[in-house]
Amino acid sequence: MIRAAILAAAFGSALALSASAAAQNFVVTNATVATGDGSEPIEGGYVVVENGQVTQVGSGTATVGYPAIDAGGGWVTPGLVATVTSLGLWDVGAVGESNDTRASRSPFSAALDVAPAINPNSQHIMIHRAAGITRAATVTTPSGSIFGGQGAIIDLGADGDAVTRARAFQIVSLGESGARLAGGSRASAHALFRNALREADRFGEDARIPGRASRPAERDPGDDMPLDPRLVAGNAERGDDVLLTRFDAAALVPVVRGEQRLYVEVERASDIRSVLALKREFPRLDLVLVGASEGWLVADEIAAAGVPVIADGLDDLPERFEELASTQSNIGRMAAAGVKVAINASAMENPRNLNQFAGNLVALAKMPRASGLSWGQALAAITSIPAEISGLGGRAGVLAPGAAGDLVIWDKDPLEVGAMPVRVFIDGVEQPLDNHQSRLKERYRDLDESRLPKAYDW
Amino acid sequence: MKAIIRLFSVAATGALLAACATTGSGETARSASARDYPDRPYPSTYRPYPGVPTALVGATIYDGAGGRIENGTVLFRDGEIVAVGDAALSTEGYTRVDGTGKFVTPGVIDIHSHLGDYPTPSVDAHSDGNEATAPTTPDVWAEHSVWPQDPGFTRALANGGVTALQILPGSANLMGGRSVTLKNVPSRTVQGMKFPGAPYGFKMACGENPKRVYGGKGRKPSTRMGNFAVNRQTWYEAREYADGDRKKRDLAKETLAGVLDGEILVHNHCYRADEMALVMDMAKEMGYRVTAFHHAVEAYKIGDLLRENDVCSAIWADWYGFKMEAYDGILENAALLRQAGACVVIHSDSDQGIQRLNQEAAKAQAAGARMGIAIPDAEVIGWFTLNAAKAMGIADMTGSLEPGKMADVVLWNGDPLSVYSRPEKVWIDGALMFDALDPKRRPVSDFELGQPGEGDVK
Repeated sequence: MIRAAILAAAFGSALALSASAAAQNFVVTNATVATGDGSEPIEGGYVVVENGQVTQVGSGTATVGYPAIDAGGGWVTPGLVATVTSLGLWDVGAVGESNDTRASRSPFSAALDVAPAINPNSQHIMIHRAAGITRAATVTTPSGSIFGGQGAIIDLGADGDAVTRARAFQIVSLGESGARLAGGSRASAHALFRNALREADRFGEDARIPGRASRPAERDPGDDMPLDPRLVAGNAERGDDVLLTRFDAAALVPVVRGEQRLYVEVERASDIRSVLALKREFPRLDLVLVGASEGWLVADEIAAAGVPVIADGLDDLPERFEELASTQSNIGRMAAAGVKVAINASAMENPRNLNQFAGNLVALAKMPRASGLSWGQALAAITSIPAEISGLGGRAGVLAPGAAGDLVIWDKDPLEVGAMPVRVFIDGVEQPLDNHQSRLKERYRDLDESRLPKAYDW
Repeated sequence: MKAIIRLFSVAATGALLAACATTGSGETARSASARDYPDRPYPSTYRPYPGVPTALVGATIYDGAGGRIENGTVLFRDGEIVAVGDAALSTEGYTRVDGTGKFVTPGVIDIHSHLGDYPTPSVDAHSDGNEATAPTTPDVWAEHSVWPQDPGFTRALANGGVTALQILPGSANLMGGRSVTLKNVPSRTVQGMKFPGAPYGFKMACGENPKRVYGGKGRKPSTRMGNFAVNRQTWYEAREYADGDRKKRDLAKETLAGVLDGEILVHNHCYRADEMALVMDMAKEMGYRVTAFHHAVEAYKIGDLLRENDVCSAIWADWYGFKMEAYDGILENAALLRQAGACVVIHSDSDQGIQRLNQEAAKAQAAGARMGIAIPDAEVIGWFTLNAAKAMGIADMTGSLEPGKMADVVLWNGDPLSVYSRPEKVWIDGALMFDALDPKRRPVSDFELGQPGEGDVK
């Protein structure tokens, strides 16, 4: 149990924090520290955060003079990392005006860049921040084309600035959904895909779009963000049999060059093989499989290809013909074969169920013939592994020197059902945890309207 | 990627349409009806499978009715519970099953399922839950849509410990038709699954779905006031029929008359508090009662009204935001209802959620604990056992471990309110229908024979 000490904030109530709050230096002591790297938890541990970054993790007593947060023996983990989400893209799912996840009538597909559409102040983000998710990959859903567009890596901090890395990856659908989007057949989806990559390859050459290695110094944006190739004024002539708009072709240049990861939605074993085979034609593709419900059938091949997987955690029904072999043991079997597997946040009711899903994979360890994950592996599947796949390896999803000061103090074992954060930090800044739902809970704590209507209770 | 797809298909296709209902009365139709209904032409052919006299010993027992026994003993034979007590109970003549370190609960009951009428694979040919061709279809019966080979039944048994479930029509219509209550026993026919003596339920839906579906067809109802107008007129005509000689066969009015007689239990899909209050007044106006509101994400706002009207709320733990009327869903719904003295049932409305009703209940319990509402584990078990049975009108037959009741029993390999626990053995009417330790004691539906993963742990 968390002691009251934890609830009495060491440096002011989280509610008092302004959006521009500076990172604090502090140490969390007397904690059960789970670092997220796959190891088992450290009892009696501490975590030191300085200038927004983790600088020390250990057991015993930290020798720093920073304000201490006594975790009272409670659990501390890195902030959870939700990958493949729509966080920040909608207020109400079925209210189209509030929902930016799909654009089936857009003239563009691969060129869609989700970054400017993300609302850091949405309840969607606030609710999931309160659930301990501190980083996420957000992306639009393939809807008008097999290509869904370019996803962003975001943080869930309350500072109005969500996007850590725009255009971090492209997403394409090459299973049953992709077949439908491509006109009704997987054959068409694959033809469209190949054509798109060839057009992009050619366009990149003809328009002399600089790649990562040859970027002119005067165009260097000053960080590791590659240039947006869509904005390059390449006046390349194009043939008259092109399918892609110039904008879409330019957007796929970094994909075909392996400078931008390509997330591929795919479920069936044979479809996974077809995707892995794409590397023979396009050797520089940097693939990530998303879904992969039948991945266990071809786990050795996925491992040999060195392709990471963002897998549906608990799918175990033949929801579609492409998922006949789905089983909750899928992730455990793939992990045992050496595949790097993260849990897919889009394959659950809400991303805040990530820790419940991870806990369920631990539960499988007790079931005969089932394959699950160890506790440490399960936490890694929702922290360090999705962070690595997101390009944040060592910088998020892990409590280790040099990583962002993203940490969560929990009210119980974080993989247990009902576990919720007591305090959340992002980049060393304590985060407010209130939102529409927490306010409703407080308003309706009682139903007393003897003096005034509930509407005055705020 | 299903969750995202589903999120947006809800509005378009009504794939998530559902309903809900409960009765606090515990009255069932086990005894002969007061009236001679001409409506039992598809009688249950279910007969319990053979079992051996069994003594579960050494486990922690939750009886479903709020009781907890450490190191307890449960005796059952000939399909019935014989005795529930402590270690002093004699087990002579019974085959002992050692439950040391394990837990025993009544069989899990899902009051809101679409297994069989929206089976997997989720293809159009299987879309049999909504007769969305008229706003009121009291003449349709869910049992005529149920595909007994739905693989979902097997997962609900093996992972969820589900022994009984109510299959409802969807919520496209104001009046969706009759539900059917099933034993979760594999069968070649739906009659072979029908729960003997269970009363019929009647699915109703308020709010967005009916007005969207029919407004979208340019017909009445297209508004919430239209919903009520159509309902009220339909009820008045039903009352006229019910008060007459009932000679003319009219399937729709026979169902409605059954509701007015109190023989058929109303399960009303409804999200918003204000709408539930109106529906309860409509029920008084027409002379029927609402047994349960299903989904009821705003039930916490009117816990007092629900208690006074003796209406259960069959709810999720944490679904919210997928449609406008679900915007105010909060984790504390169940706990606040319980604080108000109203009846709580945890439901699934999902082929995934039905595998984890115990976990969903635990999430709702934990949310209550965080706001100072402590609810004992033994009571929470009742949210997905006895309370569900009461609201389905089968509580005199199942839902708790009491002498004379059906031996619907789950042996869990750990605390059923922990993410780390799973059913180890499940008995239905005293017959062992699932055993995690016996690879062959798990059902495989016709559909999955010869498919990859046949007989796999799922």
